[in-house]
Amino acid sequence: MDQLTINAEPFRSRLFVGTGKFSSPSVMAEAIEASGTEMVTVALRRVDVNNPRDSTLSALDFSKYRLLPNTSGARDAAEAVRLAKMARVATRTNWVKLEVTPDPNYLLPDPVETLKAAEELVAQGFVVLPYINADPILAKRLEEAGCATVMPLAAPIGSNRGLRTRDQIGIIIEQAGIPVVVDAGLGMPSHAAEAIEIGANAVLVNTAIAIAEDPVMMASAFKLAVEAAEKARQAGPGGESRLARASSPLTGFLHEEGAP
Amino acid sequence: MVRQVDFAELRRRLERCGPRDVERALDADTPDEAGLIALLSAAAVPYLETMAQRSAALTERRFGKVIQLYAPLYLSNECVNKCTYCGFSHELDIPRVTLTPAQVLAESEILYQEGFRHVLLVSGEDRRHVNLPYLIEVVGVLRERFASVAIEIQPLPRGDYVQLVEAGVDGLVMYQEAYDPERYLQYHLAGPKRNYPQRFEYLEGGGEAGFRSLGIGSLLGLADWRGEAVMVALHGRYLARRFWRSRVALSFPRIRGNAHQYSPDFQVGDRDLVQMLCALRLALPDAELVLSTREPARLRDRLIGLGVTRMSAGSRTNPGGYSSPTAGGEQFDIEDTRPPAEVAAVIERRGFEPVWKDFDREFTPEPALH
Repeated sequence: MDQLTINAEPFRSRLFVGTGKFSSPSVMAEAIEASGTEMVTVALRRVDVNNPRDSTLSALDFSKYRLLPNTSGARDAAEAVRLAKMARVATRTNWVKLEVTPDPNYLLPDPVETLKAAEELVAQGFVVLPYINADPILAKRLEEAGCATVMPLAAPIGSNRGLRTRDQIGIIIEQAGIPVVVDAGLGMPSHAAEAIEIGANAVLVNTAIAIAEDPVMMASAFKLAVEAAEKARQAGPGGESRLARASSPLTGFLHEEGAP
Repeated sequence: MVRQVDFAELRRRLERCGPRDVERALDADTPDEAGLIALLSAAAVPYLETMAQRSAALTERRFGKVIQLYAPLYLSNECVNKCTYCGFSHELDIPRVTLTPAQVLAESEILYQEGFRHVLLVSGEDRRHVNLPYLIEVVGVLRERFASVAIEIQPLPRGDYVQLVEAGVDGLVMYQEAYDPERYLQYHLAGPKRNYPQRFEYLEGGGEAGFRSLGIGSLLGLADWRGEAVMVALHGRYLARRFWRSRVALSFPRIRGNAHQYSPDFQVGDRDLVQMLCALRLALPDAELVLSTREPARLRDRLIGLGVTRMSAGSRTNPGGYSSPTAGGEQFDIEDTRPPAEVAAVIERRGFEPVWKDFDREFTPEPALH
């Protein structure tokens, strides 16, 4: 398994984490530390980027993690682009996790507006990591638009339902020329491991860690699972066989004595 | 839909529910209409703990371990309506005030210093004092410093709402007050508010205008709470389907007596309130559930974690009340009088993060200069 590289930047950890839903900034910081991550996404709507004492931003040591601002809450391309530009000025990073989610309930991404925003942000020099439904054609279109990764969802955000879109993500991985990061819906470490095992380059986890009874321990569990899956891939798995090896083959009679 | 409900029939359906109906509702991923009625019926009382566990888990998964804080900012207590339960009612002899934009700024500065970034503008209904040009000026003053500005004012035509959305207002709150139409007329004696169906229509105009948050609610105590809660849930589901880009927020304030000898006709106990809160959460897993300072501190603290996602704190319910606490002319008395910092500290102690900012000015473009 090759080193994970996004926009020519290497990452040792394949686990990216989010900062929402934690019970306090200190629990969040401790969990993020335990996850071993090098990429932390922050919702711009939750933070006051112009305030150095903002409770989320000041809790994290960004010399250890790349800050990935996200446009969560944006309902169309124009809103997402405005937020990204504001983030670039305030946080001095041109990386952005593009989220365009017009429906406030399942927070499913709008493919049309996401593509539109991605094209505009790439043109303006952003490194764009778009959150998408597990749509292989959209993934290719975003790759052609110049995105740094695609981030297809496993299941709706916060649902903890696991890799429900497994087959579609398989196609995205098969066709992708850029890293594929499985985002949203991974509820247990085994879900994250499964994503890495089927070939995803990384995973992003937030809710499953944030709302665990012990978020720090859960972050560490996800770290181990992702590392285990990565190691398994390096080990070269034996693979499943679809050929049955029945003990009494139906065709056994052909080999019986006196067969015609 | 909601407008054509036969309340007598709804009451009969509530009374007919038995344990099996409740169990069937609890077995479903999301209860259907019959399930919703079962969860709000008296038959669900023995299942309250199960409902509470389910509600807490759903809320945590969807919203996380956070409580969003906001403050109401009263603009005016002028009102042309005559409503028996309201401290702003037209015929009452109270000091009537409409804040100037400069006074609004002074009020908002206090809220800002307390930490608030979400404000809810509230007023009575009198278009001579609170109208579109006034509101646009006020919003212009506030949008500089506040991440979110919502309104709970008199109904306005859709065109006005469109302009307020463009000016940067992101939320609209309009309670139906009483969904039971007969009861509604008993309380709303005169003024434009007496028109029961019109309130629904105005709210839908707001949905069409594109407010991101649509807040509805019933004033508990005006009618039978079980039927009212069913209606709040059905109305919420209808709005969520029709205005799929907007978040629905549900309020369930228990009306209290006020300085003018009003006392509610229907009693709603703490246990009733908890049943309703949990049933609403099970019926609408993605809705904001809002808790105001009308409830006493002790109960508010215990409702954190049960399904509530948004709370006000340190509220004053009269225009100018933050700058001059003794001004008088309150809409209603508040019970939880603790300062916002103290409420935030309690939220933290209960294992939740108090969230002061959960929106951003960048979502709403700088309004074009007219």
